[in-house]
Amino acid sequence: MSDHLRIVLAEDAALLREGLVGILEKAGHEIVAAVTDADALLVYTDNHRPDLVITDIRMPPTHTDEGLRAAVTIRERHPDMAIMLLSAYIAEAYVADLLDSTAGSHAGIGYLLKDRVGHVRDFLDSVDRVAGGATVVDPDVVRHLLARGRDDGPLAALTDREREVLALMAEGHTNPTIADRLVVSEAAVRKHVGNIFAKLDLEPTSDRRVSAVLTYLRGPS
Amino acid sequence: MSQYPDAWTALRTRPARLLVTTWPWRSLAYLISTVPVGIVALVVLATVVALGVLTAVIVVGLLLLASVPLLTSVIADAERTRLRLVLPRDSVADDTSAPTLRERVGAWRTLPVSWPEVGHAVLLATVLWVVDAVVLVFAITAPATLILSPVLVQLDTLEVLGWRIDDTAEAWPAVVVGLLAAVVAAYLVTALASAQAGLTRLLLEPTEARLAAAVEQLRRSRTGLVDAFEAERRRIERDLHDGAQQRLVALTMTLGQAELELQDGPALELVGKAHALAEDALAELRATVRGIHPQVLTDHGLAAAIRELADRSPVPVDADLHLDGRLPARVEAAAYFLVSEALTNTARHAGASSVRVHAWVADGSLTVSVEDDGRGGADPVAGTGLAGLAARVEAVDGTLELTSPPGGPTTVRMTCPTT
Repeated sequence: MSDHLRIVLAEDAALLREGLVGILEKAGHEIVAAVTDADALLVYTDNHRPDLVITDIRMPPTHTDEGLRAAVTIRERHPDMAIMLLSAYIAEAYVADLLDSTAGSHAGIGYLLKDRVGHVRDFLDSVDRVAGGATVVDPDVVRHLLARGRDDGPLAALTDREREVLALMAEGHTNPTIADRLVVSEAAVRKHVGNIFAKLDLEPTSDRRVSAVLTYLRGPS
Repeated sequence: MSQYPDAWTALRTRPARLLVTTWPWRSLAYLISTVPVGIVALVVLATVVALGVLTAVIVVGLLLLASVPLLTSVIADAERTRLRLVLPRDSVADDTSAPTLRERVGAWRTLPVSWPEVGHAVLLATVLWVVDAVVLVFAITAPATLILSPVLVQLDTLEVLGWRIDDTAEAWPAVVVGLLAAVVAAYLVTALASAQAGLTRLLLEPTEARLAAAVEQLRRSRTGLVDAFEAERRRIERDLHDGAQQRLVALTMTLGQAELELQDGPALELVGKAHALAEDALAELRATVRGIHPQVLTDHGLAAAIRELADRSPVPVDADLHLDGRLPARVEAAAYFLVSEALTNTARHAGASSVRVHAWVADGSLTVSVEDDGRGGADPVAGTGLAGLAARVEAVDGTLELTSPPGGPTTVRMTCPTT
């Protein structure tokens, strides 16, 4: 794997916490703290200034969105710190909050379903991408967002291949990775991306295209 | 108290066991207390009526006579309370709703006269306490004298109900007879008290009032049950989430790590297979948990949970939700499962191209409607899912309507109070 990262981890479920620590350490990262609630997460984040924060969304005491609120606080206090959120289920409200928090920041952010951590290679890959400043969204979340606007509007005008590219873009992949995954040339991907942005009437800015796409997919709510 | 709800039930169902219960004693207390209450009722009523009749000419008497129903209603209240000695089951007279004496006096002229109460008071003042007094004299003195005869015979010759007892030797059989008489007296007292209490209840607690109270109690206990079930479902959900689900995630992580460690070959293939199986198990468990009580409903309430259902639906859903704040858990659960079932039915049978879900709270009541643009013709009797839903909605005092004319559209709509 790539760089050695300093990570603060917050997860209240003991087995999962230990499993994550194991996987991340095995990959050469340093876990500076593994805590079980949002308060401890804030304290350790302030004191240790890690490269990346990985936090469960649902934690004690209320088991609702402690992790998410902690992430918003961390983003305010340390705008350059990368954050990855883990969730047990897809909640639209989380996607909205996530997008709000990415606005005006260049630090990476990730939103993965907990089931994803079983795919160790993908998970570690997501960790690296978020630490590198990318926005990473769980493929399931993207699939749900895509599924919402099926029949009406500009999405219907996309070709199947363009939809595939759009989904991968929304997950936070770069053009070379998309080309890799779809086994096409990077030039072909660039062409698809151009078409998609034209059809959806989006600004073709390269650096914040993930949130642009996600915002588009979420639609007015 | 004993395991029997009232004295009469105790006497009827297990007569042999009556003597070891408290019912004979409670019955005795009831009969004994009838005597002073009856005498007071007699004196007061007689005085008021007599004075009223005597002074009727100068109008004051008419007022006095008119106060008789007020007096009898006070007596009736006392009697209802005393009734609990032998009939505790009907905790009907709701203390908080019973008018105070002041309210009663205030409402005196407007209240209709309760003739059963008047009748009961007259009966109590003239017949009941006399009967009770006579029965008590025999039921207490006869057994007591016989049982104590070995002592009493020292003082004087005894004669009980025509039986002469002269000396101690004759007294011992009398003790035995006395004990038997005490047993008979216990049954007699219990039976009389039960009969009298039954009559009192008939006059003072009309059947409708008792039924209304019973319905109210049933409603409360049903709400309690629904709440308990809901709490239990949430507990099961949390147990599964903290237990089996977590272990399965940990298992998939371990298998995922193993896959990274292994070289290509049969071992990697097997581990890959195991990994896939563990993920299937996890997905199945999640689906089960969703069916029991979805986490998102527990954590974020009805609106978020309906949006998640909408995301999951194969038919596009337009969700128009006006739900601020949280509703009672039982209401949220009923509404959630209504939407869930309706969306499933739509996807399976309706051949619809879109569904609208509306939910709003107004005037303390929640309305949820699910309307598709499908072919209609849904049969409310055919689907067990719908029957189950109806029961669930009724359990939160709600109503469920299904309209599905042939050719569509199908609309399912529930309304229920939010308290």
